[in-house]
Amino acid sequence: MSEISPFLILIAAIFTNNILLANFLGMCSFLAVSKQVDTALGLGAAVIFVTTMTTAINYGVYHFVLVPLGLTILQYIVFIAVIAAFVQFVEMFVERFSLKLYHALGIFLPLITVNCAILGVSLFMIIRSYSFWQSVAFGFGGGVGWMLAIVLIAGLRQKMGYSNVPRPFRGVAIAMVITGVMAMAFMGFAGMVNIQ
Amino acid sequence: MARAEDKGRAGGKKGKDKKSCLVCVKGCCGGKGIVTFKEGVWHVNPVAVQVLGICSALAVTNRLENSLVMGAALVFVTVGSNLFVSLLRNVTPRRIRMIAEVAIIATFVIVFDQVLKAYYWEMSKQLGPYVGLIITNCIVMGRAEAFALSNRPVVSMVDGLANGLGYAAVLAIIGFFRELLGTGGLFGHQILSEAWYTPNQLVILAPGAFIGLGFLIAVFNWLSGANREEGAQP
Repeated sequence: MSEISPFLILIAAIFTNNILLANFLGMCSFLAVSKQVDTALGLGAAVIFVTTMTTAINYGVYHFVLVPLGLTILQYIVFIAVIAAFVQFVEMFVERFSLKLYHALGIFLPLITVNCAILGVSLFMIIRSYSFWQSVAFGFGGGVGWMLAIVLIAGLRQKMGYSNVPRPFRGVAIAMVITGVMAMAFMGFAGMVNIQ
Repeated sequence: MARAEDKGRAGGKKGKDKKSCLVCVKGCCGGKGIVTFKEGVWHVNPVAVQVLGICSALAVTNRLENSLVMGAALVFVTVGSNLFVSLLRNVTPRRIRMIAEVAIIATFVIVFDQVLKAYYWEMSKQLGPYVGLIITNCIVMGRAEAFALSNRPVVSMVDGLANGLGYAAVLAIIGFFRELLGTGGLFGHQILSEAWYTPNQLVILAPGAFIGLGFLIAVFNWLSGANREEGAQP
């Protein structure tokens, strides 16, 4: 596993092993915000930033604190604490230095703590035993892939406002079906590169 | 089919609800337990109606066995975390309640994960990170926040149990159809003869999960008559 170059992992995380369409992570906030392309872009940008940084931090915490102390069973609780603390920190930092960015990003930041994509990326990193740069590439690629998927679906859902969807399917049901079709499209990338 | 299954579960549970109502002070939850239970399993089913916690509902349902284990995990975690959040609700400062809730939930997830690793290694391998991801499952956090924080421990446990079972039932339904259509068998035994049925690989893969859940939600909407009057936005 450790020989794959970080660049390949990045590409794979975006296309062939898309975190949303192949690993089903980050669905909750995905359904909530994929109605407008603008909000989807905003949340996507925030997710990219937070996944990249928290993967790097969690890598350090896991390999330099938890493993030497033999406390790896605490990884869940430590990871989620790191993510929550980091999001809180970013929120304070952004609010202090760039009020404009804060207003653009503000509402999305608290949502991110409970986004399973963030925790999922950190857990996949441990399970697949990536090196540091592989982890960072995977975190960044995962974020980009998530943003790509959510923006594409948001575009489709905006268009769907004009179509006559059968009643029982209105709302979430049809969103799931089009996500399925999108996942099928992304399966076309499979075979390009493959990470477990 | 879903309705019959849910009713069976709700019926089977009534006995315990009565017992739990005897425990708490008379009148505090007279019948509330049963109402809470029915709501959690059917009317506000966490997956099909509120559309919460779908990450794992999609990821682990490629086999019926995985779905059942995941359902059991969620029942365990919601019941346990609801009980403790409710017990501690009067001593938890409001400002840090989220962190307290996450810590309680994570504790139960770790316990389940360790048990799974110790006694059922194969399954632990297959579920991979999705057991850990129960921590960020909106159902658990949502029940702790919306119900357990303002209710007595016993009713909170019933609520946790109902929501967990509602989740488990939906997972079992999706898992049943995906494994049956995708491999032609259940629990690894061949059921549909290969002579006339060609397993549809797509159902096992990601698109099958999305489309399957989409249809399940549509069936729920159709049965419960939601979307009928207000014409919800697509």
